[in-house]
Amino acid sequence: MIENRPVLTVISHLVVLLGVLIVAFPVWMTFVASTHDQTTMLRAPIPLLPGSHLIENYGTVLFEGFGNSAGRMPLWVALLNSLIMALGICIGKIAISIISAFAICYFRFPLRMVFFWMIFFTLMLPLEVRIVPTYKVVADLSMLDSYPGLIVPVIASATATFLFRQFFLSVPDELTEAARVDGAGPLRFFKDILLPMSRTSIAALFVIQFIYGWNQYLWPLLITTKESFYTVVMMLSRQVNTVDAAPHWGYIMAMAMLSMLPPVVVVIAMQRQFVRGLVETEK
Amino acid sequence: MHKRVTFDSKILPYLLVAPQVLITIVFFIWPSYQAIWQSLILEDAFGGNTRFVWFRNFEKLFEDDAYWHAMRVTVVFSILVAGIGLAASLLLAVMTDRVVRGTEVYRTFLVWPYAVAPAVAAVLWGFLFNPSVGIISYALRKIQIDFNYVLNGEQALLVVIFAACWNQFSYNFLFFLAGLQSIPRSLIEAAAIDGAGPSRRFWTIVFPLLSPTGFFLLVINVLYAFFGTFGVVDALTKGGPAKATEILVFKLYNDGFRGQDLGGSAAQSVILMLVIVALTVVQFRFIERRVHY
Repeated sequence: MIENRPVLTVISHLVVLLGVLIVAFPVWMTFVASTHDQTTMLRAPIPLLPGSHLIENYGTVLFEGFGNSAGRMPLWVALLNSLIMALGICIGKIAISIISAFAICYFRFPLRMVFFWMIFFTLMLPLEVRIVPTYKVVADLSMLDSYPGLIVPVIASATATFLFRQFFLSVPDELTEAARVDGAGPLRFFKDILLPMSRTSIAALFVIQFIYGWNQYLWPLLITTKESFYTVVMMLSRQVNTVDAAPHWGYIMAMAMLSMLPPVVVVIAMQRQFVRGLVETEK
Repeated sequence: MHKRVTFDSKILPYLLVAPQVLITIVFFIWPSYQAIWQSLILEDAFGGNTRFVWFRNFEKLFEDDAYWHAMRVTVVFSILVAGIGLAASLLLAVMTDRVVRGTEVYRTFLVWPYAVAPAVAAVLWGFLFNPSVGIISYALRKIQIDFNYVLNGEQALLVVIFAACWNQFSYNFLFFLAGLQSIPRSLIEAAAIDGAGPSRRFWTIVFPLLSPTGFFLLVINVLYAFFGTFGVVDALTKGGPAKATEILVFKLYNDGFRGQDLGGSAAQSVILMLVIVALTVVQFRFIERRVHY
């Protein structure tokens, strides 16, 4: 507190509260809509307070599915697909990044810097700009409509590799020396010393990459044609854009809520690691 | 930067980098090379006949009005997304930093939009502005404003911008807040003792000290507007109505997958790669020069 200006403090609180309300408003309306039946939703104006069809709507969406035959699939299948994809991407990225950072930091070998720059290169090429040829590669490897196809092409990560490299560079050399004196080989040193020490970095990355994986959209949209591989986010977009008579808003919004829930819970529950991960991966 | 103490092994390091390098080559470098090659050749529909045509695909692209239209839309879109997004998040970060009690609680309530997928954000905002059931378009109708983003291009662009800003808000907010909290209190106290009021302190001390963060966020937001918003556009408007929200990445996707125009979409890929390289270089140079600490 620099000085006492009660009016300014009150204004600050009001502005922040207003911000919180604006940020929350779309989600509130989504929640409200997910608890009403179709007849209520089609009568303007739509209600601003929750209704009584919560269990019914969520139950239908989760276990029966709705809409025309093409997109009709219980949502739990898509939720499971999203979970598999998110965990696969997240764990895959962390695993391959930590071992490559270990190699680059703790060994001297020819081509070391070539590999380093090759990994850096990936930082510059978001999937969106090379989408057509990447699709072709995955099609040629016959990885369309499969979990490896959803996961493997997106798990190379320059940011994660840099984060681990940064961390390894800050680990004192004395530790390595001590380990070597005690006769530990590189793998032993990695498993018993480096890996436990990287816990916090791994947790921070986990949050960021889980969200990244869960929220993938373009990639699953392109490479899955079978409904049994649809993910939640793309299914939601498909349902909204189907040219049915009138979209069933109660169901669609229940679906939207369910598609947001897992990543939002992860962010709020692991807020400290999340903030850390966000700020550190961008350095 | 190297480690002084290292291990010796002939094959182990190669095994350790192999997965990452293999994936990089197969899914990043090879496709990028393909994009560059495709942009320089003409191929008939069945892939039988290929002809090397130098920059013909680029020339064709630059003669195409639709491309310039997408370029204009992208520029307007990025300026507004970055401008509105940064201004709103800076305002809220400054206010959150000011309040002594409740900063943590407020932060919790402001960070979670980060976890929402762009396509889902689009669905939420599309619902609010939906011409028949949307609560905001209903309210606007009450005050005699006819809002229909399905038909009106400018309004469609506006809804896409709102969804994109909302989605990116938490990210900007967290970085601004972290930047604000790293400004030494003593500096601001000294200015207060010298008689500078809150707004003077903000513009002469806080704002310049935040400029590296702001610049970094500007680049990130432009990148987000260029590439990260594909999901927003695809789920909300599919580039319509009448291409009013067709940003460059969406056009690239549309030409490549719907239009089957391989040369044209490859040329667009190459141009977008150049944009990224340019932005990355700008970022590295400016960040080094403009740090005020």
